[in-house]
Amino acid sequence: MLALMLLVVLAPVVFGAIAFAYPSNRRRPVALLAGAAVHAAGVAALLAAPGEEVPGRWLALDAIGKVALGTTTVLFLAAAVYAQGYLARREDRDNRVFVGGLLVLLGAMTTVALSHHLGLSWVAIELTTLTTAPLIYFNHNARSLEAAWKYLLIGSLGIALALLGTFFLALSGAGPGGPRSLLVEELVAAGPLLSRPWVRAAFVFLLVGYGTKMGLAPLHSWKPDAYGEAPGLLGALLAGGVTNFAFISIARVFQVTRAAGEEAFARDALVGLGLLSIALAAVFVVGQRDFKRMLAYSSVEHMGILALGIGLGGGAAAGAFFHLVNNGLTKGVVFLSAANIHRSFGSKRIDEVRGAGRRLPVSGPLFLAGFLAITGSPPFSPFFSEFAILNGAFGAGRWVVGGLFLAFLAVIFVGMGATVLAVVQGDPEGAPQVPGTGDSWLTAGPPLALIVVVLLLGLFLPQGLRDLFTSAGALVGGGRW
Amino acid sequence: MTAVAQLLDLAFILVVVIDFFLLSSSRMGAAIRVVALQGGLLGVLPLMLAPPGEPLGHYLVLAVGALAIKGVLIPWLMFRAIREASMRREVEPIVGFVPSMVLGGIGVALAFAFSSRLPLPEPSAAHPFLVPTALSTVWTGLLLVVSRKKAVNQVLGFLVLENGVFVFGLLLSDFMPIMVEAGVLLDLFAAVFVMGIVMFHINREFSSLDTEKLSALKD
Repeated sequence: MLALMLLVVLAPVVFGAIAFAYPSNRRRPVALLAGAAVHAAGVAALLAAPGEEVPGRWLALDAIGKVALGTTTVLFLAAAVYAQGYLARREDRDNRVFVGGLLVLLGAMTTVALSHHLGLSWVAIELTTLTTAPLIYFNHNARSLEAAWKYLLIGSLGIALALLGTFFLALSGAGPGGPRSLLVEELVAAGPLLSRPWVRAAFVFLLVGYGTKMGLAPLHSWKPDAYGEAPGLLGALLAGGVTNFAFISIARVFQVTRAAGEEAFARDALVGLGLLSIALAAVFVVGQRDFKRMLAYSSVEHMGILALGIGLGGGAAAGAFFHLVNNGLTKGVVFLSAANIHRSFGSKRIDEVRGAGRRLPVSGPLFLAGFLAITGSPPFSPFFSEFAILNGAFGAGRWVVGGLFLAFLAVIFVGMGATVLAVVQGDPEGAPQVPGTGDSWLTAGPPLALIVVVLLLGLFLPQGLRDLFTSAGALVGGGRW
Repeated sequence: MTAVAQLLDLAFILVVVIDFFLLSSSRMGAAIRVVALQGGLLGVLPLMLAPPGEPLGHYLVLAVGALAIKGVLIPWLMFRAIREASMRREVEPIVGFVPSMVLGGIGVALAFAFSSRLPLPEPSAAHPFLVPTALSTVWTGLLLVVSRKKAVNQVLGFLVLENGVFVFGLLLSDFMPIMVEAGVLLDLFAAVFVMGIVMFHINREFSSLDTEKLSALKD
């Protein structure tokens, strides 16, 4: 078990080092595919292995980790296949840092999923910021540079505050009889022995710090710039991967906060920030002329939905973990298909892009299908997870919260719909065209495969997965789903 | 009061004085030197705070790490950055020098008030100045990052913020695993290193390190 865990953490890093040392720009992306494949195989073996509880160990695989790790490895594999087609078309750029950085990022994300030591989680989350910032600058122009600087500075500030919060949490357990530890299980077991004022302060700082990484409003300001300027492949991994790991770190801190008896306060904060994020996304999505920035606001919305889900508790908590999977995979669909459209037209403004459905017979319809899925239309799986969260809100008698949630979702559907239809419909005649950028198996296949998974999860959710989401929800105090 | 205790008081006070100096200073060269001095002080603090009679190994590693990274390596990187960009001073910060001093003063007062209200789980073990010093340094760092326009000064602000967090972490050094502490220090160094690379590109692209030029992206 431990050997497997070390394998999935270290194998991507080793492949990253190989990619960094390998001289050929053309063949280097193969390392990405190899790293992703080994990681996926390792994760599959880990998920199949019977669980064993070893108290006091830094690396362990609980239900929350399983959900996040499984999603990421599928998304990363799709992104790695896509990268073969994408980087072959971008031979003008040196991809050494890009390929190496993505693989180290995979190792760092895996560490967060497995780590039950809050200090180690912090180090790995900071590493995700540092490996992705140079990748945002892949296009080497003034706009991507601005995005990378903002991402780096805002992300680092957030993460510094999270470190302070982590220290507060450590201090809360330093009293007489306290656990004097940063292991989640030991802190949860100590529960009421923790010093409550320090736990409360720790939760605030960690929510602000990791909330910045997650991109919850009002801490989201880096997101539209980074997602707008980064290659779509990186956007997919940020929106469907990195942000999820900030979320599960908040979920782990929430476990401790709950055990210490500050549950009500933490729940209110999560519901408040969650609703604020969804509301802000609704405001900025309407009338958005840049379809990649629109996707960034959609990511703000879905991070808000995740926070709302664990904030509400009950069945909504399990729904939030189901939504983590759905959002991660669907973000892969929309970012990768949007990237194909962006490249074909050489623009991401809806003033210049039209008729993508005709010019790109796979990516155009995929972008439309991805939009329907991400805004919660049946029969795609995000509908069911959002429904579970809504159901949790109404079931707990939170009529105002549920009503607002529903109203914002409706506004976002209409707002995104207007932009997406402008991109997909119409006649591409006369719109700008970049030669040699049509759909290929390598660039259109991965988002197609992901939407099939999202559709299947919506049509039929295996009992094993349902139980997994329920037990992940139970870790943060959720009930039956 | 022993000599060590007196020196310790002095070190904490110096850390806060440096915060004020940074808030009021427009000259970058001086600011970098002073941040290096603060880093050096942080290198000495773990040794002075080490409980007598315990093995010093852990504290020694922490001290040397802090001194090398915060006191030497990072300031050296920053000096390179301003030499490449041939810049000397911050001319028009977003928040002026006098208002930033006033805000800094308020921050220090609040830090003392806050830390006297939050009971330390083990009051006897900690130095009374430790928590207020840490919190006011964190506050100063935040102020510097949001109120300065030059990229170098924003990075210095981030460093000061991390210094504040480091001081707070000294409360916990007896049960923080050394691996985590090393990871934190390495991450900090890597962060500043990446920021340095991005600054290099900003300087080449815009022929300046003024982040006001970074304003093309908005809704």
